[in-house]
Amino acid sequence: MWRSKTFNRKKIMIIFCVVLAAMGILIGRLVYLMIFCSEYYGIKATELHERERDIKAARGNIYDVNGVLLAGNKSVCTISVIHSQIENPEQVIQVLSRELELDEETVRKRVEKVSSIERVKTNVDKEVGDRIREYGLAGVKVDEDYKRYYPFHDLASKVIGFTGGDNQGIIGLEVKYDEYLQGINGKILTLTDAAGLEIENAGERRQEPVSGDDLYISMDYNIQEYATQLAEKVREEKQADSVSIIVMNPQDGSIYAMVNVPEFDLNEPFTLISELDTGEVRDSKETQNLLNQMWRNGCINDTYEPGSTFKTVTTAAALECGVVKTTDQFYCPGYIVVENRRIRCHKTTGHGAEDFTHGIMNSCNPVFIQVGMRIGAERFFDYFGQFGLLNKTGIDLPGEAATIMHKKENIGPVELATMSFGQSFQITPIQLATTVSSFVNGGTRVTPHFGLYSKNEEGEVTHTFTYESKEGIVSEENSETMRSLLKMVVSEGGGKKAAIEGYSIGGKTATSQTLPRSEHKYISSFIGFAPAEDPQVLALVIINHPQGVYYGGTIAAPVCRTLFENIFPYLGIEQTEEQNNGNCSQQAKQSTVMLAGKR
Amino acid sequence: MSEVSKRAVKKKNKKIMYFDYTLLFLIIFLVGFGLVVVYSTSSYSAQLNPKIADAAYYLKKQAFAAALGFFGMFVVSKIDYHVWRRFAGLAYIIAFGLCVFVIFFGDSANGSSRWIRLGPLSFQPSEFAKLAMIIFLATVISRMPKQMAEFSTLVKVMLLIIPIVAPVAYTNLSTAIIIIGIAVAMAFVASPKYSHFIVAGLIIVAFGVIFIFAAAYRMGRIEIWLHPETDPMGKGMQTLQGLYAIGSGGLFGKGLGESMQKLGYVPEAQNDMVFSIICEELGLFGAICVILLFILMLWRFMVIANNAKDLYGTLIVVGIMAHIAIQVVLNIAVVTNTIPNTGITLPFISYGGTSVSFLLTEMGLALNVSRSIKVG
Repeated sequence: MWRSKTFNRKKIMIIFCVVLAAMGILIGRLVYLMIFCSEYYGIKATELHERERDIKAARGNIYDVNGVLLAGNKSVCTISVIHSQIENPEQVIQVLSRELELDEETVRKRVEKVSSIERVKTNVDKEVGDRIREYGLAGVKVDEDYKRYYPFHDLASKVIGFTGGDNQGIIGLEVKYDEYLQGINGKILTLTDAAGLEIENAGERRQEPVSGDDLYISMDYNIQEYATQLAEKVREEKQADSVSIIVMNPQDGSIYAMVNVPEFDLNEPFTLISELDTGEVRDSKETQNLLNQMWRNGCINDTYEPGSTFKTVTTAAALECGVVKTTDQFYCPGYIVVENRRIRCHKTTGHGAEDFTHGIMNSCNPVFIQVGMRIGAERFFDYFGQFGLLNKTGIDLPGEAATIMHKKENIGPVELATMSFGQSFQITPIQLATTVSSFVNGGTRVTPHFGLYSKNEEGEVTHTFTYESKEGIVSEENSETMRSLLKMVVSEGGGKKAAIEGYSIGGKTATSQTLPRSEHKYISSFIGFAPAEDPQVLALVIINHPQGVYYGGTIAAPVCRTLFENIFPYLGIEQTEEQNNGNCSQQAKQSTVMLAGKR
Repeated sequence: MSEVSKRAVKKKNKKIMYFDYTLLFLIIFLVGFGLVVVYSTSSYSAQLNPKIADAAYYLKKQAFAAALGFFGMFVVSKIDYHVWRRFAGLAYIIAFGLCVFVIFFGDSANGSSRWIRLGPLSFQPSEFAKLAMIIFLATVISRMPKQMAEFSTLVKVMLLIIPIVAPVAYTNLSTAIIIIGIAVAMAFVASPKYSHFIVAGLIIVAFGVIFIFAAAYRMGRIEIWLHPETDPMGKGMQTLQGLYAIGSGGLFGKGLGESMQKLGYVPEAQNDMVFSIICEELGLFGAICVILLFILMLWRFMVIANNAKDLYGTLIVVGIMAHIAIQVVLNIAVVTNTIPNTGITLPFISYGGTSVSFLLTEMGLALNVSRSIKVG
């Protein structure tokens, strides 16, 4: 029998030592993993173990200038299914499709999808959510959250805009101020096993949501509401396609009202209004086109040929470069020939001899063509730039359209002639309102806007919105001349129907034919401001494609008149007769007298 | 042979009995600890599995196998280990037969057939093959101790194990590597030379490198080993999940039963990856304790091997020591991603009935060798 020898023992010792060394290395590796990498792996593992569910942050409200709620939230439910917890899929499918009014196929797809959590429907009314909860179905989760709610339905729909399912703005102010309104979603973190099953008694971590800030805008609910009524009324009377009204403060650019009828119901933004819904079968693309059309804000997203209201720009440019004085004499035979083309005045028999003041009062095309020629194409174009017409206004609404203008080098005599009375190019209504504001407010180009400031949940102001303004667009003196000229238009000229006894109002009418001219469709408009001497409010009324009488002075000016009549007392604009001691009205009187004397 | 048994009887009569109680204690402790860990790691998934729906399912099966194993250990520890010399050849043939049989008629799991089913029991022949190999080699080498100094004998010994290793490798490469490791360790101890083993070691390393680079999928495994994050849902998943478990354990762990990773993240946490859950629940402290237990056990094997009455006994215990050491080192190395992933269980702790039964029987053998040690 062989006994083990010393060398055997030595070798066993070697094996043992090798194993010991290997164990030592492994312990070292464990120390590295469990102490130095512990945090890294621990965080990774926690990420893996936690399933998160979002808690929707409450979106900020939108209030008008007086604190009237224009957009708020209402409690709704989100229904989800958790695949691994469903015990009776058929019952779940049946109940959910019945209660949620979804077809069975859709619900079945969601229920049978193998995922940790699957959303079936969002924005479910709270009552429906509560009913589903009462069934006590295993694997069905009912989470409450908020839905955007607009208490005035179609009021200023195209300005305020609406939100989508994920609390994101889709059009209007809801988009522009999304970052302020949105807030930060919270989270519920629950521990789950690898199959996504929640572990009982493991507790949950919550990250509380942060509500969005409330937005305060310059819109005045009362003015907006009244302007909407007027627009609806005239649209009905004139069977017009649409009517837009902008009411703003020409001094600082804040907008009191912006109406685009027909409006749509913000609570049902995906339901076509009757004007667009022809009842025909449409594919989704056509429907989307119609919806986009319905959501368009005509005051901002669309351009039009301004027509005679643009004579204000020609006047301002002519005054600025000194090519015309109010007393300059013109003669209107009823037409003017430019490069062999006969351009008619709207009064075909002609205005005869008249000075420039009467030219603008009569809205006489030959006068303005001659003035335009005096300015010259190059200078005229440069003034467009100076007045800001070639840029966007920078209004705080999305999708502002740019001016459609001839290229400088392409402006020939005919183009120059048509441009001088507001044809052959297009601008947006807000552009016109902003430009005229700068002519009558002393020469300051303001940024038209709605947003004033935002407040957090505690009512602290978190952000005050500021807007650029540029002075010296026209001189103070020329601005004053503009105001008195435009006042004459209303008191004695083509804008007479906008006049209100006792008030001093400035304005300009326009009647422009839309392209193609052969269709004989018109846009009637009127831009007015008051008090003429120190404008506090400016309104632009645009009636698209009215039937019957289509003259701006006849149909648009009265709308402005009615509007002013009703909002002047509200805005605290008093009759000038009773304000004899007032500083500005005295000034105004003087200038009127002066002008009268000159005449 | 008869002389040997007479001597054994004589020795028993002398009543100078040594018995390694330290080893016995270590065995009982490890098996008991193993049962607790198997229950902790398997209860959640067992409960949720609709086919099982019993939290204690794996615990019961493991406890039954352990009971069977303790019975085997008790019996074997009472039988003089020299008796097995007579059965060495038979064990070799049976092991060969079973390992070939399982290739054709075995139950398969994960693509390779490793189990033979006997009614309600299933049996893994490769576990038996390890034990058979230890007895067979101890018998063969102890008969020709002097020839072990020659390189040709070493080659012969290696050729002898091929009939067992080849069919085992066919179904379970890791077990084949363990068997080769056991054989090399036993030959190393028996041989007075070192140079042979250094040469052999270099040759094996060279072949190993060629073996890895020859097949693209093995290279893929190396890639997964170095960067398990690149394939978190596929091949790197088990490794990565194991690392998450180990890393999140920290110094003292989350507490027994508190593992998150066992809830389906580490697949079949009670099997090969059980050590990662030990790390998560008991922390670095617990993990080092477990390693120390194994080191203590190996130390006891060394003591028994050094003091065994004859070379045969020494070699048996060296084989057992190599078996445990290789499995523990490789398993922990795999779990900590120190080496590429390969399926090796942690002795006494990982779930596996055949493994625990045969390990305990093997322990009986070691304990019986300890009885032959002369005291004083």
